[in-house]
Amino acid sequence: MGSYIVQRLALLVPTLIGISLMGFLVTRLAPGDPAELRAAGGLGGAREAALSRGKQSAVDEAMAQWRAQYGLDRPLHVQYGIWLKNLVTLDFGESFKDNQPVWNKILERLPVTIKLNIFSILLVYVIAIPLGIYSATHPNSWSDQTATFGAFVLFAVPLVWAATMAIVFICGGDFLYLFPPAGLTSLDYAPDWPWWEKVADQAWHLFLPVVLLSYDGFAGLSRYMRASMLEVLSQDYVQVARAKGVSERIVVLKHVMRNSLIPMVTILASILPGLIGGSIIIETIFSIPGLGQLGYEAVLARDYPIVMALFTVSALLTLLGILLSDLLLAVVDPRIAFGRRAQ
Amino acid sequence: MSPGPSGGDTGTALGSEAGLAKTDGGGEGLWIYVWRQFKRNSLALSAFYAVCLLLLTALSADFLANDKPYYLKYRGQSYFPILRGYLVQMGLAKWPAELLNVDFKKLESEKALFPPVPYRASNIDLTAPFESPSGPHWLGTDKLGRDVMAGIIHGSRISLSIGFVAVGIALVVGVVLGALAGFFGSWVDMIISRLFEIMLSLPTFFLLITLAAVLPQSIFITMAVIGLTGWVGIGRFTRSEFLRIRNLDYVTAALALGVPNRRVMFRHILPNALAPVLVSVVLGVAGAILLESSLSFLGIGVPADTVTWGSILNEARSNTFAWWLAVFPGAAIFITVLGYYLVGEGLREALDPRLRGSR
Repeated sequence: MGSYIVQRLALLVPTLIGISLMGFLVTRLAPGDPAELRAAGGLGGAREAALSRGKQSAVDEAMAQWRAQYGLDRPLHVQYGIWLKNLVTLDFGESFKDNQPVWNKILERLPVTIKLNIFSILLVYVIAIPLGIYSATHPNSWSDQTATFGAFVLFAVPLVWAATMAIVFICGGDFLYLFPPAGLTSLDYAPDWPWWEKVADQAWHLFLPVVLLSYDGFAGLSRYMRASMLEVLSQDYVQVARAKGVSERIVVLKHVMRNSLIPMVTILASILPGLIGGSIIIETIFSIPGLGQLGYEAVLARDYPIVMALFTVSALLTLLGILLSDLLLAVVDPRIAFGRRAQ
Repeated sequence: MSPGPSGGDTGTALGSEAGLAKTDGGGEGLWIYVWRQFKRNSLALSAFYAVCLLLLTALSADFLANDKPYYLKYRGQSYFPILRGYLVQMGLAKWPAELLNVDFKKLESEKALFPPVPYRASNIDLTAPFESPSGPHWLGTDKLGRDVMAGIIHGSRISLSIGFVAVGIALVVGVVLGALAGFFGSWVDMIISRLFEIMLSLPTFFLLITLAAVLPQSIFITMAVIGLTGWVGIGRFTRSEFLRIRNLDYVTAALALGVPNRRVMFRHILPNALAPVLVSVVLGVAGAILLESSLSFLGIGVPADTVTWGSILNEARSNTFAWWLAVFPGAAIFITVLGYYLVGEGLREALDPRLRGSR
């Protein structure tokens, strides 16, 4: 198993390089120059200096200086080489915006996004699995068909719509105020609150973002679970168990469910990248200071070091998610041997 | 993306045999058979009609919501301003001096026949911002007094055209790469499969907003960006279909007869590989529409002065009292996406040989 993991980790390297190269080219070849944005936006001192002298040449000089500071004046392949070299020491450079190390900014925001995503994945599985089991044990019944149609409808609900509707109708505004419209904690949140109040306040803030992040996940996953259950239910060993007189409850929950959970493990890997994408929208709408919001702001400001770092980190998370689900698959299904899995 | 509404990857295995229906079955073409199967599913069929209606709406948007009348009688002269508008755009006609840049609604005409929604999506009316749904404005107005109903009708054009063109681009890229990988195998397959893997582990949505934000704002660039980031699913379907069909006897026979590779790939294999790909194309249109609405909701991609479903929805975020700005454009996206999902699902079932003869 150890050598298999090493082998898989080694295969991650070319994929990661490919991804970072793609991210690099996208950001660098696009029209528009961060130096110009910086000069126009007045992020640095260059603009004031130029205005006081009223000379365009000063602006140009400041921008050239700034470009040199960040290595933007060098040829592209050199820039990429330097970026790769720094990556080895986990140095993603400094943000164009405030010169803070990118790595610190990411570490600061990572816990929020991870918290959001872990709760969402939990919610997805907690709802989807029982729902899928129920649908599969009552196939084509009225309730199964309702669940199937319901899953379809949920799946088609655009996240931006669901979130906007929530903001308009149940987050203050002119209608109900059931949930907070922004942030992770209340404004008067204080460290000296008793722990249950802290938990309650955070749960109250997290509830809507988590539900919104997960609804299409559990709609899809419950259908997968249903299909997987139905497939296992039609197998001979289930017939044998029933013929032996095992109660239907035990047949379903013990004999069938265990085997039908196997594909659920692999699906974990395919949910992960979707959740990270979804958190861009949710974190922006609910003003949650996570990676998604950081990424969105960095993209708008052309803060390349942050964009590149987020590309790499989220691709790495996704690749590790795939690896993890492959390993888990081999753990839950002994028929699968390491290293001999077909692609 | 998260897993599809149902089935997902299993679609390949299910749909694959249906692709061969041409060769069995008493001379009945595959698509006639599929249509017959599809019609049995009343839900999918009604969704299909709804999707057609939507297409019709997009095509006739100028006749449904327009600030020009169909027919105008002015100073004893008869005009057809909407039709004339088309001719003027094409450079075949000119507006008569008295009708140039006039507001037709304020014109003292003898007779004017307006479309059901007498506004264009871009008609700004600063005297009537944030009107709630009522008399003249069926679905209300936004902060610039633009009619929401007109915005939704004209927005359907943008949504659908982005959906179709983006999926068209994805289809071409995906089919070509998948066909090359599946047909030639060995190192070609290895390189292309690595590319699939990279695209799969890329944070697609993040890549999408990065591209849409750094490139100039334009509908065409948005189409290209959505298409170029969305071909992986189609590529993988095509590859696995080609891998399977490549080893069938008729392909071996064609190759043995000396038919050139390109002809074998695109004339002999592709038609049989397309059936399962079609399902992901239909679902892809829905996906592209969803992506476009998310992009314009975030204010990137489509130019800011273009009214789209996503951009109307975005206004509701900062003006939470204007519930009509949230409800209606979102419902338009939802109904469109649901329609395409249901059609795609019906198609998947119609192509599924295991369901043949049942129901």
